[in-house]
Amino acid sequence: MIRLENLTKLYGSFVAVDDISLHVPRGVLYGCLGPNGAGKTTTLRMIAGILRPTQGRVLLGGDDVHQNPLSAKMRLGFIPDRPFVYDKLTGAEFLRFVAGLYGQEGDSVERRIAELLEVFELTSWKDELVEAYSHGMRQKLIISSALIHRPECIVVDEPMVGLDPKAARLLKDIFRQFVQKGGTVLMSTHTLEVAEAMCDRIAIMQHGKIVAAGTMTELRSQHQADASLEDLFLKLTGGARVRELAEVLGGP
Amino acid sequence: MKQPSLAHVLQPKWRTALQRMREERAKGGTGKLIVLVLVGGAFWAGVFGVLYRILKSLRGVEELGPLIPGKILGLVLLSFISILVLSNVITALSSFFLAKDLDLLVSAPVDWLRLYLAKLGETLVHSSWMVALMAVPILAAYGVVYKGGVLFGLYALAAIVPMLILPAVLGCAITLILVNVFPARRTRDLLSIIALGAAGGVILLFRVIRPEQLARPEGFRNLLDFVILLRGPTSPFLPSEWAAQAIMGYLRREIDLLPLLLLWTTAAAFVTFGALLHRALYAQGFTKAQEGAERFIRGSWWRWTVGSLLGWLPVAKREFVLKDIKLFFRDTTQWSQLILLAVLVVVYIFNIQALPLHRGEPVGFFYVNLVSFLNLGLAGFVLASIAARFIFPAVSLEGRQMWLLRSSPLDLRALLWSKYWVGTVPLLVLGLILTGVTNALLEVTPFMMIVSLGTMAGLTLAISSLALTFGTLYPQFETENAAQIPTSFGGLVFMMATIALLAAVLGALSTAVYAYVRAAWEGRSLGVTPEMMVWFAVAAALCTAATVVPLRIALRKMESFEF
Repeated sequence: MIRLENLTKLYGSFVAVDDISLHVPRGVLYGCLGPNGAGKTTTLRMIAGILRPTQGRVLLGGDDVHQNPLSAKMRLGFIPDRPFVYDKLTGAEFLRFVAGLYGQEGDSVERRIAELLEVFELTSWKDELVEAYSHGMRQKLIISSALIHRPECIVVDEPMVGLDPKAARLLKDIFRQFVQKGGTVLMSTHTLEVAEAMCDRIAIMQHGKIVAAGTMTELRSQHQADASLEDLFLKLTGGARVRELAEVLGGP
Repeated sequence: MKQPSLAHVLQPKWRTALQRMREERAKGGTGKLIVLVLVGGAFWAGVFGVLYRILKSLRGVEELGPLIPGKILGLVLLSFISILVLSNVITALSSFFLAKDLDLLVSAPVDWLRLYLAKLGETLVHSSWMVALMAVPILAAYGVVYKGGVLFGLYALAAIVPMLILPAVLGCAITLILVNVFPARRTRDLLSIIALGAAGGVILLFRVIRPEQLARPEGFRNLLDFVILLRGPTSPFLPSEWAAQAIMGYLRREIDLLPLLLLWTTAAAFVTFGALLHRALYAQGFTKAQEGAERFIRGSWWRWTVGSLLGWLPVAKREFVLKDIKLFFRDTTQWSQLILLAVLVVVYIFNIQALPLHRGEPVGFFYVNLVSFLNLGLAGFVLASIAARFIFPAVSLEGRQMWLLRSSPLDLRALLWSKYWVGTVPLLVLGLILTGVTNALLEVTPFMMIVSLGTMAGLTLAISSLALTFGTLYPQFETENAAQIPTSFGGLVFMMATIALLAAVLGALSTAVYAYVRAAWEGRSLGVTPEMMVWFAVAAALCTAATVVPLRIALRKMESFEF
């Protein structure tokens, strides 16, 4: 469903993403892990068609995102890490606007808006300007907007940031059901427990490259049997060399 | 605990400014600098030149000569102070209550006095730099005409600095009180309406009292009244008057330190009282400023009206147009600019009506046509300023939401199309009304009416396209206040490009219009000749090219945007 072929992104001389190739098949929830600055967000933004790759290509359901953007993007729902939305639109108006961008209108859209707002407990806020929403509510609204056109795949950057435990649990359930029905999810996260519990496959990025990829079992057998994802992550990304926590924090 | 120094608290501000300058230089901003220096230099030279001539000629006039320059300076400084109080009130709202660094500063153990002084300084610089720059050629003209010498610069600085501090303290205090009464976001809405309403009122008042009548000798019953009026100070309690007295005293070699002393002691007292007020009210005001604006909006009105009218459009374009209209009318900083626009239109039409034409034929006929033709240039310039305000920022305002537009299957041509027509249709209606009404007041012939309306339509389409394109080429994605976007470098380049277009189109048309006026003067038949048709075609081609080519460039630039 999502295929990255030799994807590279340079910012001047800095290599943000370094020749990565990845295949996310239909019906899979794929997690992308990595320390800050590893190139996860840049990769996801290239998949969403927001950034142009310096080299390589991104295919969504066979369509190249940059050669054939409109049909590729019709299949996609993108959820960014920072919830910037139009402050002066109401929640319902924002969702209607996004549906319009995907060419959808009419009663079916209105029903879908009501359904999504209900699921994310935003119904009582639907006629209020977004500027009055909290960070978590904005995040919920953006997640709703990514689902409004019933996409085939969802690309999501740090989905749990700003969500309350109830909404976080709801999102996990939504993603799992989405995948069970044949949808595809590619998500980046720092929350290793979430990745371990939810993802079918995991890729770990470091310095713009994928340093390991596979199911949890495959990752364990490749590196160290019975290790937790956290241990694997720290081993692969050099985090084990971090100084003793007590030494860094100091005493009161 | 040892408090951080004031310079330390302000460090992020000046470091950011320095870094911006470095980035500009790294991006090869030399061309930009040259354009800015040239335009700024030309403006300074213009102000200096006009004032120099006025002051020079006044020096030779007996009785009134020595009085008027002091009066002019007093009035200029008084208008500066009025502008400064307004702009400080608005700036203080951002720097004291809405700025992003406040969470950090308020949560840190920085004492109230340092916070107050740091934010006061920030407000003062942000709101006064333009006025300070404007004062340079004015004071230079006084210094040169009165041979003030090198030290005059320092003396003038000593008089002007406290005059800038006073409105800054006053503006901050007014904002502090307002925020304690209303939530900050409501206060911002309220202030932008009050500020623009006041500015519009002043312009209207100034025009309606017809200052040109003062130039007529019969305007004053006798000279004595006028001299008495000039001898008295505008108001002995106004700091602008003290500054004017200090400066004029120095220039007349009658140095009196009292005005300077008054300025500095009053400034010190203001800062002290401002700080005490800040200590008493800031914490409560800052808490109130965190309150969100709670406004339930049904918004179905736009859907019924504009939405129904645009029912023939594809849904993506329709939703985009609807979204842009809603955002415009819900953002007070945007729509409140319409107040100034309305005033501008009224003044414009008033000016045309006040022209002393139609006194006899055929000179009247010649002047009417000349004015009607020149009116096209002026109306074009007015439309360009409006386009700079409303169309130029259109792409920049999408900046933070570009993730959504780029990740959706929205065709960028549809985005550009929506932005173009949302801006162009109102501009076209305004342009045609402005030209039609002024031409009707001038009683021009049908030929001139058709030429004017046709030219105005062509120019409007081109001006909108240029505004949108330059706004795309020089985007300001990080700016939160739409009103600041047109004052950027890109805005300046847009205005220069538009002036060039106006000159080219009017230059092409002038031959055709001249041929028409000459035929009328010589009493020949007033027909449209093939030569005229060629020039009309040239003007039409210029407008078409200035519409189509920029839009293509804008589309290409938009496709290359990365976020």
